[in-house]
Amino acid sequence: MLELILPSLFQTVYMVFFSTVFSLLLGFPMGVLLVITEKGGIWEKPTLYRILDSIINILRSFPFLILMVLLFPLSRLIVGKTIGTTATIVPLSIAAAPFVARVIETSLKEVDKGVIEFGQSIGATVPQIIFKILIPEAMPSLIMGVTLTIVNIIGYSAMAGAIGGGGLGDLAIRYGLYRFQTDVMVVSVFVIVLLVQGVQFLGNKLASKINKK
Amino acid sequence: MIEVQNLSKCFQNGNECIWAIKNVSFHVNRGEIFGIIGLSGAGKSTLIRCLNRLEEPTEGKIIIDGVDMTALDKRELRSKRKEIAMIFQHFNLLSQKTAYENIALPLELTGLSKKEIDLRVNELLEYVGLKDKKNAYPSQLSGGQKQRVAIARALANNPKILLSDEATSALDPKTTKSILELLKRIRDELGLTIVMITHQIEVVKDICDRVAIMENGEIVEISTVEELFRRPKSKTAKAFISSLKSNVQEEFIISEEFKGKVVRLSFWGDNAKKPIVSQVIKKFNIDVNILSGNISQLMSTSAGHLIVELEGEDEKVQAAIDYLRSRDIEVEVI
Ligand SMILES: Nc1ncnc2c1ncn2[C@@H]1O[C@H](COP(=O)(O)OP(=O)(O)OP(=O)(O)O)[C@@H](O)[C@H]1O
Ligand SMILES: [Mg+2]
Repeated sequence: MLELILPSLFQTVYMVFFSTVFSLLLGFPMGVLLVITEKGGIWEKPTLYRILDSIINILRSFPFLILMVLLFPLSRLIVGKTIGTTATIVPLSIAAAPFVARVIETSLKEVDKGVIEFGQSIGATVPQIIFKILIPEAMPSLIMGVTLTIVNIIGYSAMAGAIGGGGLGDLAIRYGLYRFQTDVMVVSVFVIVLLVQGVQFLGNKLASKINKK
Repeated sequence: MIEVQNLSKCFQNGNECIWAIKNVSFHVNRGEIFGIIGLSGAGKSTLIRCLNRLEEPTEGKIIIDGVDMTALDKRELRSKRKEIAMIFQHFNLLSQKTAYENIALPLELTGLSKKEIDLRVNELLEYVGLKDKKNAYPSQLSGGQKQRVAIARALANNPKILLSDEATSALDPKTTKSILELLKRIRDELGLTIVMITHQIEVVKDICDRVAIMENGEIVEISTVEELFRRPKSKTAKAFISSLKSNVQEEFIISEEFKGKVVRLSFWGDNAKKPIVSQVIKKFNIDVNILSGNISQLMSTSAGHLIVELEGEDEKVQAAIDYLRSRDIEVEVI
């Protein structure tokens, strides 16, 4: 059992880790852009906002499995193959990016308008307001957002397993569904649950630890 | 120092225009503490936010230190804003940063070195009396302490002008007094020009030199504080001043219960310091019984209200009242 679970767990962690990193790289700037370009934002650009907003909505309405299949060509372009753990990171990151954008947007929007106004009143530039005020003020909430993202990506990664992504989800399906080895499935699911719980616990802890409010 | 000419501001609401400020003109002298008082919704915040263009004026000109603010581009505006600090009703401190880090922020943005920042922040903490709260987060500070941090932060880049939007409105009376004292000290020692928005007449009374009264987006009256208390012209000004006059004790004085004539004397300036009451007693040979009174220290003068019972022959009492009136004291028979 252990020799089945361990490699799959490793694959899942690997997949989730890099997908989180890349989806943050893609989604974080989008989230920031949404907040600053919206009406009343510190860098009002209504057209850009509308375009970004639509793209995110469209991407988010795609069912993940379909998006993944659609992104096979992109996976091939980037990692040279469409099947396997590394290849799955591409669609996972892209699927999670619009989610990340919304999560970041929500967190940044929670920041008190007054401190942004203070920034403007001392003549801070837009990047200064973003990096010196907006992001530091939103940090606890951003950490909660990243936690939510990781949990979500763990879920996605389990689904990705079904179409050759590897990892615990793949294990559960291959053994549980196709070979009727319910025990492997149960343990796989149990490990996934444990993973989610652990991430959430650590995220909550960290967020409340750094929050000075 | 600040010259506002025919300033108007409309908030677009669909196709409609809501005029929050209507054709306002005034000037603020260098080193002056200029108050703007008005009821809620009068447009005070909008007006003060137009001064540093946090709100874009729709019409009119704002000239600060010879520079037309309305003509500046974004970049020029940002550099000009460093000379115009602002403090707020709800302090607007960064909740995730300590008092020290909050004060350091404007200095970091200006690009000072760590050492220079440290020197300046400590100096500012000392100035506002918060040395021991250096590492406290805003959530660990009282309202008054938070406003002190905000004031220190506002002073960080040595501004010439301080805009205060209801900086004391969230504070209790005692803390308000201490913050007002600090602001006055800043004006006296650092020579800042201060524009104070408030809806508290006590604030105007305590530290303003001149004051503008706002009603529905318009300035209906501008005068020195002394003049305002002596001869309020607008309805709003009168209402504000009578709210200050109405002492609790006064409510309990029922003139019928007294043998003599009960009158309220209001006096200003030098009169408040003269022994007028004793003069009246000697001159007219009547009894004066003091029922209640207060003397408030205005910026440059004092104002007092005294409720007294005048006992004696009718014509003597009347002569005393005439005499008081001739000495520029307002006499009101209750
Ligand atoms: N962003 C805005 N959009 C539309 N109307 C606004 C906006 N800001 C202010 N107003 C309107 O302008 C008028 C003046 O508001 P302002 O905030 O300047 O009043 P104020 O004198 O500061 O009041 P308070 O004492 O309550 O702070 C109000 O009628 C308000 O509804
Ligand atoms: Mg206001």
